[in-house]
Amino acid sequence: MKDRFNLYRFASPATFYPFAGTLIPYFVAVSVVFGLAGLWLGMLVAPTDFQQGEGYRIIFIHVPASWMSMFIYLVMAGWAAIGLAFNTRLSGMMAQALAPTGALMAFLSLLTGALWGKPMWGAWWVWDARLTSELILLFLYIGYMALTAAIDDARRADKAGGLLLLVGVVNIPIIYFSVKWWNTLHQGSSVNLAKSSMATTMLWGMLLMAMCFWMYSIAIALMRVRTIMLERERHTDWVKAELLGKAGDEK
Amino acid sequence: MLRIIAAVIGRDLKLAMRRQADIVSALFFFIIVVSLFPLGIGPEPELLRKLAPGVLWVAALLATMLSLPRMFADDHRDGTLEQLALAPHPLGLVVTGKVIAHWLVSGLPLALIAPVLGIQFDLSSDALVALTFAILIGTPALSGIGAIGAALTMGLRGGGVLLSLLVLPLYIPVLIFGAGAVDATVSGLGGEGHLSLLAALTFASLGFAPWASAAALKIALE
Repeated sequence: MKDRFNLYRFASPATFYPFAGTLIPYFVAVSVVFGLAGLWLGMLVAPTDFQQGEGYRIIFIHVPASWMSMFIYLVMAGWAAIGLAFNTRLSGMMAQALAPTGALMAFLSLLTGALWGKPMWGAWWVWDARLTSELILLFLYIGYMALTAAIDDARRADKAGGLLLLVGVVNIPIIYFSVKWWNTLHQGSSVNLAKSSMATTMLWGMLLMAMCFWMYSIAIALMRVRTIMLERERHTDWVKAELLGKAGDEK
Repeated sequence: MLRIIAAVIGRDLKLAMRRQADIVSALFFFIIVVSLFPLGIGPEPELLRKLAPGVLWVAALLATMLSLPRMFADDHRDGTLEQLALAPHPLGLVVTGKVIAHWLVSGLPLALIAPVLGIQFDLSSDALVALTFAILIGTPALSGIGAIGAALTMGLRGGGVLLSLLVLPLYIPVLIFGAGAVDATVSGLGGEGHLSLLAALTFASLGFAPWASAAALKIALE
């Protein structure tokens, strides 16, 4: 009889490595499907905005990237909390694997925001609350990556990075509100579950693109965590067997 | 509990007094940075008055940053920190003492010298009072948050630059409310609201930051 399904089994890199390997193609496929559907809905079906013209369509990249940049930081902090509480090796690796994607999303959000802001507001950059907080979020990602890169001992890097993530997550609301009171110019959030000011197709396009970004982030984080595992566990037998097996295939 | 905090404060102050050059150099760094701005921007009093709160606060953040790496580095090098971590008292209390000592050595002098620098920027007397209070109330938060960064980067290569990368984003609320208090006073709105928020930040960071720093120190000492 098979063993009861045990989540802790996958906390070990040796079992998670092949598991992640089988999951990646599915997440890639789902991401591509959502991406194509979202782009079709966003670029071709959604009506032209009566105020902003065609230029508004950049929100189909901008909004999902902003959501993901914030969500990934929370996920990283969640992994950090698990890692510090249960002392699991996988948690720190997952947090480190997610960080570059999160930073990329924050950067994309700032870049697309600037590209949208130039025709709409007439300025590439304004010092309003949401732009500034997004910029600070990018700084937090970069600080985390710099800290983990500076510590040679992988376990210490995980724990110190995790602590920084938890400190950051406590500070994010404080930073957000302080920046908000400091200056508010940005239009209010136009996505509202109860009553949305957007056309339904626009909303669906945005949600589909958000799903696409989400699945992409999972796939890329799993890929990255696999390379981190190989690097960190290079002294173990399962990595040697894995690499030898691959070398054998190529011959 | 209070005795261990007082003992750590006394010890750190004594050490700082034996090396007064460190305190004075951080203070002069503050003075020089603030004095550079008029040279870069121009001497128009109107412009300087407008810029003064921000310039003084940014310089205060940088001057505090400058002395942060020393908060734990010396004790780490000679092994004192490991003894403190082994002591029966919670490490968080020890860090609380070190944070207060750091503020007395690096934050308090800034608040005392700030009004003089404010005069250089042609600030009114109301604004000078608000500025002094804001720096007095706000700098303990800087020492508290900075302790976390100092503990995380202890003993790393390029620790100083890394420390600024980690800590400066977390300093932003203090900067906003600190400079905001002076601005609000100048514009006649009254800076009490900003000062209250600044005090809230200080109490929150003095309460929580030492424990986070203690956790970071334990990770580094493992």
